[in-house]
Order: sequence, then C-alpha cells, then structure tokens
Amino acid sequence: MKNKEYFIELLLKFSALITILTTISILWVLLSESFSFFKEVSLIEFFTDTQWTPLFANKHFGILPLISGTLLTTLVAILVALPVGITIAIYLSQYAPKRFKQVIKPLLEVLAAVPTVVYGFFALMVVTPFLQNIIPSMSGFNSLSAGIVMGIMIIPFISSLSEDALSAVPKSLKEASYAMGATRFQTSFKVMVPAASSGIIVSVILAFSRAIGETMIVAIAAGQQPRLTLNPLVPVETITAYIVQVCLGDVPHGSLEYKTIFAAGITLFVFTFILNNISFWIRKRFREQYE
Amino acid sequence: MNNSKINRIKDLIFQYVGIICTFLGLIVLSILLFNIVKEGFLRIDWDFLTSLPSRKADKAGIFTAWIGSIWILVFTFLVSVPLGVSAGIYLEEYNSNSKLSSLLELNISNLAGVPSVIYGLLGLEIFVRGFSLGSSVLAGSFTLGLLILPIIIVATREALKAVPQSLRAASFALGATKWQTISYQVLPASFGGILTGVILAISRAVGETAPLIVVGALAYVPFTPQNPMDEFTVLPIQIFNWVSRPQAEFSVNAAAAIIILLLITFVMNGIAVYFRNRWQKKINW
Repeated sequence: MKNKEYFIELLLKFSALITILTTISILWVLLSESFSFFKEVSLIEFFTDTQWTPLFANKHFGILPLISGTLLTTLVAILVALPVGITIAIYLSQYAPKRFKQVIKPLLEVLAAVPTVVYGFFALMVVTPFLQNIIPSMSGFNSLSAGIVMGIMIIPFISSLSEDALSAVPKSLKEASYAMGATRFQTSFKVMVPAASSGIIVSVILAFSRAIGETMIVAIAAGQQPRLTLNPLVPVETITAYIVQVCLGDVPHGSLEYKTIFAAGITLFVFTFILNNISFWIRKRFREQYE
Repeated sequence: MNNSKINRIKDLIFQYVGIICTFLGLIVLSILLFNIVKEGFLRIDWDFLTSLPSRKADKAGIFTAWIGSIWILVFTFLVSVPLGVSAGIYLEEYNSNSKLSSLLELNISNLAGVPSVIYGLLGLEIFVRGFSLGSSVLAGSFTLGLLILPIIIVATREALKAVPQSLRAASFALGATKWQTISYQVLPASFGGILTGVILAISRAVGETAPLIVVGALAYVPFTPQNPMDEFTVLPIQIFNWVSRPQAEFSVNAAAAIIILLLITFVMNGIAVYFRNRWQKKINW
C-alpha cells in the first residue's frame, strides 16, 4: 500500500517535471543551433546590417528588418486593441448591466478562439481589398491590415483581464467616489482605472507578447519581404513569418540557411520572455495592494 | 453650461462609445463569418469532403486534411492529457516543497507565453531529428502536446482548487490514503472542470498551423496516414496552402475548408461551455 502511494506520487512528480524538461529543451535547441550560426555570422553583423537576405545569392544577415516588421505589425495591433479593449473593460465593469456582461464576455472570447489561419484569410481577402478602396497606393501584402486583424484578435486578452482587474477593486472605493457626486465617467477614469492599473498593464503586456509571437496572420497577409521600414502600406516580413517561409522551402539540414531560423527564433524568444516576466513581476509586486 | 452638466454629457458619450466598442469585435466577427460563408458555402459538397488534394481547384478536396486533423487530435490528446492532468494533480495536491512549486509555477507561466512557432522549432530538432520520428503524425502530436500542456495543467489546477477541503478531510477521516482520496473523491468532483479545460486545449490544437509547418507537415500529401509514423497534413495547413495561391478558385476552396474548421472549433467550444455550465449548476458546495 505504502509503496503504491509512493510510486504514484513519483509518477505525478515526473509529469510535472516534464515541463521543466520542455523549457530546458527549448533553450538547448535555440542556443545550440544559434551558437553554431554565430560562429559563421558575427553578432555585429546580425544586429547592425540593415538587410536580411539569407536565401539569396548575395547573403546579408541583419535581423533589424525582421524586428522592424514584427514591431510594426504589433504596434498596429496594439493601437487597435488597446483603446477598444480598455473601453470594453470599463464599460462592462462600470456601466453595463450584470446580465449583459454575462452574455457578452463569452461571446467576445470567441474572437480569441478563431484559428489564426482564418484571420489571415480575412486580412488578405477582405480587409486589404477594403482598405485599398480608401488608400489606393496600398500594396496587396502590408502590415496595416495584418496588424488591424491581429488587433481584433487580441481584444479579448485586454478586455477580459482588464475587466477582471477592474472588478477586483474594492467596492468601497467606487462608492466613496459616487458619494462625492462624481459621475460614472469620472469614477472610472479618476478612481477605478488608477486603482486597477497594474492589472491593466499586465493585460496589455501579455497581449503585446501574444502579438509578437503571432505567426499565421502575418505570414499570410503581411508578405515575405524583409524591409527596414515604418511604412504600414508596403510588404514586410516578421520573425515568425520568416521561420515559416524557410520551413516551407527545401533548405538542407545543417546549412547556414537552416540555422538562421534558430537565430531568428531565439531573438523572438528573448522578446516574449522579457515581456512575460515583466508582467509576472508586476503582478507579484502589486498583487496585495488592497488587503 | 455648468460643470456638472458637462460631466453628465461626458458620462453619456462614454456610455455610447462603450457600447460601440463592445459590439465592434462582434461586428467584425460577423463580417468575417458572412464573407467566408458567402464565398465558400456553395463549394461544400460530398466530393469536397472525400476528394484528395489536386492541382485543379474544382477537383481538390480536404479528405487527407480532415483525416490528418483527426489523427493529430487523437494523438495530441493521448500525449497531453495524462501528462497535463498528472502534473496538475501533483502541483495542487502533493507539492509541499514550496521552492520547487514556485519554480514549476513560474516555468509553466513562461511556457504558456512561448510563441507556438518556437514549439515548432523544438519539435523539429527534438522529435523530427533527435528521436528520428521524421515529419510524422507522432512528431506533430508530441509538439502540439507540449504546446497545450500548460493550458491543461492550469485548467486542472483550477478545477481541483474548486473542490472544498472538507471533502478531502472527510475522506482522510474515514481512513483513505492520499491517492484513494484523490482518485475516489477529488477527481470525480472536479471531472467537469478538467474536461472543459481539456476540450478547450484540444480545440486550440486543431487550429494550430505554424508549429506543424515547422515540423515539416506538407500541404500536398496524396494519402491518409495509415499509422502514427506516416506523413500527414491537417486542415489549417491545407487552408494556408490554398490561401497562398493567387488563383481565385483556390480562395473559394480555402473559404469552404475554413467553414469546416470553424464548425469543428465552435462545436468543441460549445461543448466545453455546456459542460462548464452543467457542472457549475450541479455542484453547489
């Protein structure tokens, strides 16, 4: 009996330790392959060269165009999702009737459940042609429509988490504000949002990190031309789209081209890792503000 | 106009802005669904579901793709559910070592934030090359299994947390061992919650495209997998392939395949929501 109990506990512990093993494997894979990449390409070239053309005859290995493409699409997405998401969160927590909120919240979360390849189709086939009516100079692949659609996708990340944060603020604060004669609008922006700011910031950082790692929307709708630009109307390429592009082609294992996807991958990993841990830190640091 | 009036007008304006923003996402979702159904609905027929991929758009079907998706779904389930639920039980019920537990927690939160394409790179090096599985169903399932593991662990822990301590105490008082308490009392009581999380995680795996492209799943596979070591394609990859072609006929195919994919995703999410509601109603601690 005692042996059986002990054995089961060991089995369960092993399952939990698999997650540590996964992290170690990710780090090992990314580090070992990029290490051999950086034996052939200097770090200085990687971070300062303004061209990324590993698949062409004239090879350049500057990651900057991929980073700029990633940040540009992400920026567009955040510009869409941040105001809309936070407005929804404030509206649902301060204005809307309870019943309405209970119906609308799961519906909004459907937005995050739609597979990203579907959003890619939508960005390329519907949003881009629509925007081309307004801006005729816009190219068929561009970061604007990819970013807008990505922004729609991450709205529920911001609205749900921010709404939770707003609802967690003690009722007494709200009531005190109303008692002073403040309107709901004043209470929301002068009392509730500042009080829930850490939770709101966490939600925005997580949405940001999600947008940076998003792959299929940008691979389909933003194009595959690495370009160092801030113009949202021309084709760009993100880090994730580059990895997909290489994997669809026939690049021999062990070649320098093959290793570029790991160098690109570790750059992406560093970005999301830093963002995620900033959000964990904020959450931990400011959690017990009202207890 | 005095200050108080201005403030009231501001309040009213924001209320309408709030309503507009809340419905904005849903309106965009409706436009998306409308466009996809308009473009693809008439393309769906029996032949579309039972035909192999083809260079000619009007002859091409999604047979290999949806069969491949089912293979991936089943094996991803087999890989991730036993591991994820066990890890969740360990973290919630056993783990007394607080150092290890906070390390595991931080680690799982980090894994949940790793972009899916990075899991693809992991699968490519470890499963496809390291374990020499090739671009097989098994390699794809292991990759997706690790990808959804954090979701299942978190859902399991939430479900276990909802079971009141008194139930465990009662079981211990009757002389049950720890594992007897967990397997006869705690797990049955939290079954609905765990199931909801598992279905949501699996529905996420069905829609994943990028990691499977990275592990080498091909768009053109002229046969269905016969065993877990065979090459495969899945619905999202077939859609991606059709979307990337310039001819308009292929985008009709893509829209039709998207309808099928969305149907699978929404049905799974619906089942999950149904279980969650039923489970919440039934048990009133």
